[in-house]
Amino acid sequence: MLETKFFNKKIKNPIFLASGVLGMTKGSLETACDNGCGGVIAKSLTMEPRKGHEGPNIVEVECGILNAMGYPNPGIDYGLKEFGGWDREEALVISIVGKDAKEFGMLAEKVETVKKELGASAIEAAISCPHTPGYGTMAGQGTPESVMEIVGAIRDKCKLPLIVKLSPSIPGEGKAAEAAQKAGADVINMGNSLGPGMKIDINRKKPVLGFGVGGLTGPAVKPIIVRCVYDIYKTVKIPIIATGGITTGEDAVEMIMAGASWISVGSAVYYRSPKVFGEIAKEMKSWMELNGYKKLAELKGAAHEKI
Amino acid sequence: MKRFEINNKIYTNKIRKVIGENYRVKSIEIDHDMTKALPGQFIMIWLPGIGERPMSIGNNVPLTISVANVGNISGEICKLKAGDKLSYRGPYGKPFSVPEKAKQILVVGGGYGIVPMYFLAKAARESEIEPFAVVGGKTEKDLIYQKPLFAVCKEVFITTDDGSKGRKGNVMVEVDDLLQKKKFDCVYACGPEKMMYFVAQACRKQNIPCQVSLERYMKCGTGVCGSCAINGKFTCVDGPVFTAEEAFAASEFGKKHRDATGQAKDW
Repeated sequence: MLETKFFNKKIKNPIFLASGVLGMTKGSLETACDNGCGGVIAKSLTMEPRKGHEGPNIVEVECGILNAMGYPNPGIDYGLKEFGGWDREEALVISIVGKDAKEFGMLAEKVETVKKELGASAIEAAISCPHTPGYGTMAGQGTPESVMEIVGAIRDKCKLPLIVKLSPSIPGEGKAAEAAQKAGADVINMGNSLGPGMKIDINRKKPVLGFGVGGLTGPAVKPIIVRCVYDIYKTVKIPIIATGGITTGEDAVEMIMAGASWISVGSAVYYRSPKVFGEIAKEMKSWMELNGYKKLAELKGAAHEKI
Repeated sequence: MKRFEINNKIYTNKIRKVIGENYRVKSIEIDHDMTKALPGQFIMIWLPGIGERPMSIGNNVPLTISVANVGNISGEICKLKAGDKLSYRGPYGKPFSVPEKAKQILVVGGGYGIVPMYFLAKAARESEIEPFAVVGGKTEKDLIYQKPLFAVCKEVFITTDDGSKGRKGNVMVEVDDLLQKKKFDCVYACGPEKMMYFVAQACRKQNIPCQVSLERYMKCGTGVCGSCAINGKFTCVDGPVFTAEEAFAASEFGKKHRDATGQAKDW
């Protein structure tokens, strides 16, 4: 009932582990798979290894989580070896983050070189982190012009299907998505954490996060992501992954009705443990059964249908 | 007004007492009776503007941690005095579990690994289980928690690498003997990972249940970020306490850990 295609693979459901959550090691990606996801998006890889921001890296707020990890990762060379040799039925997506188009191109080239041994189904370019200096929205990435340039640079070097992860915090996501499509992206991932936001501890009179500010995720951001997915679905032809606040099967159904082909889950691991992948799948199934749907295709973009 | 529930509250309380344990370890008693904290669990200590580190809980009433001055954050914690504020979240992680109807247990602590072992021994004694302890250190001055440990344990055996106190050698010289002579319902270990590996191996040979408390680089403490992965398990929520079976199932146990970037390093 939930089976779907993801480029070279038929996957058992459209639920992905979002990048940055759990996936620091190959073993942890496998844990997400063992718990029932259809695919995984690995931790984003940078040119050099990064330790990330000093803690606290995460703080719970009303209806959501603020996080400022700062892209801790072992670096592209180590990371491709760590995640490589992927032979599971679930799809693997390699995520890359660069400081500019040139660096994205270099990262993409490294992925292309080991493409065969890697076993990845796609590559994702994250250009939307709101809390890491030199990257994402803090580096002005995500405008239609910079999207064109970055996607173009990756497309030149890597032939794997390309996912572009956009921020919901930039004005005119539709324009950025159009630019990505025009430059040769195969999928839009909407989106990333919102903000940045801040949590001040009133007893200590200080921002809690080590970096001061962090991206907001969790149920609080879901309505914004639903709206972004809905808008992007109207502006581009390429398929969409929805990321942001999906915690239950009904949330996943809502995103698919807005126009998503797949969804990815991050913060829900905080609320419901890695078991959340299988649980969301089960909840989607029971909702569909209860409402007489047999295939995901019947739901996709349903909110756009004219009566 | 009723507000949305937040699970991971940050507590701020005053430090009641600071006790110098040895040349580099200090114990900090906090003005907080954290009755829900169990042996083996940890808290995340937050120093505003400096950083955050996981610390093993040495006692719950009052909440006590012991800090070795080995890095910039632990160094800053060691500078704190009675009356200063301390902020933290937790308790986190899976605690030790004691088999039902257990009569005798053995706790093995290497260096400041004795901290959660004392808390466990104390809790066991309160449930009328007899704890035995083996404590190891490099030299006599590395041994901590001696007085409280002797107070709650039936017997305490000491080893030092240089023989300055107790038997010369590592904890295994006593552990191997004890496993032959006495019957334990479960053996618990905390300390350097290689030490825990050998303790767990010795128990496996004799079919004695064993639990170890593993340490990994940790960021979120709540099972989301993946930094503390040991193979596919997460030390902050699946551990830090693992049964010997769970530990041996992880190929990295006793061999490798991950640094802050996620690269594997030899222990």
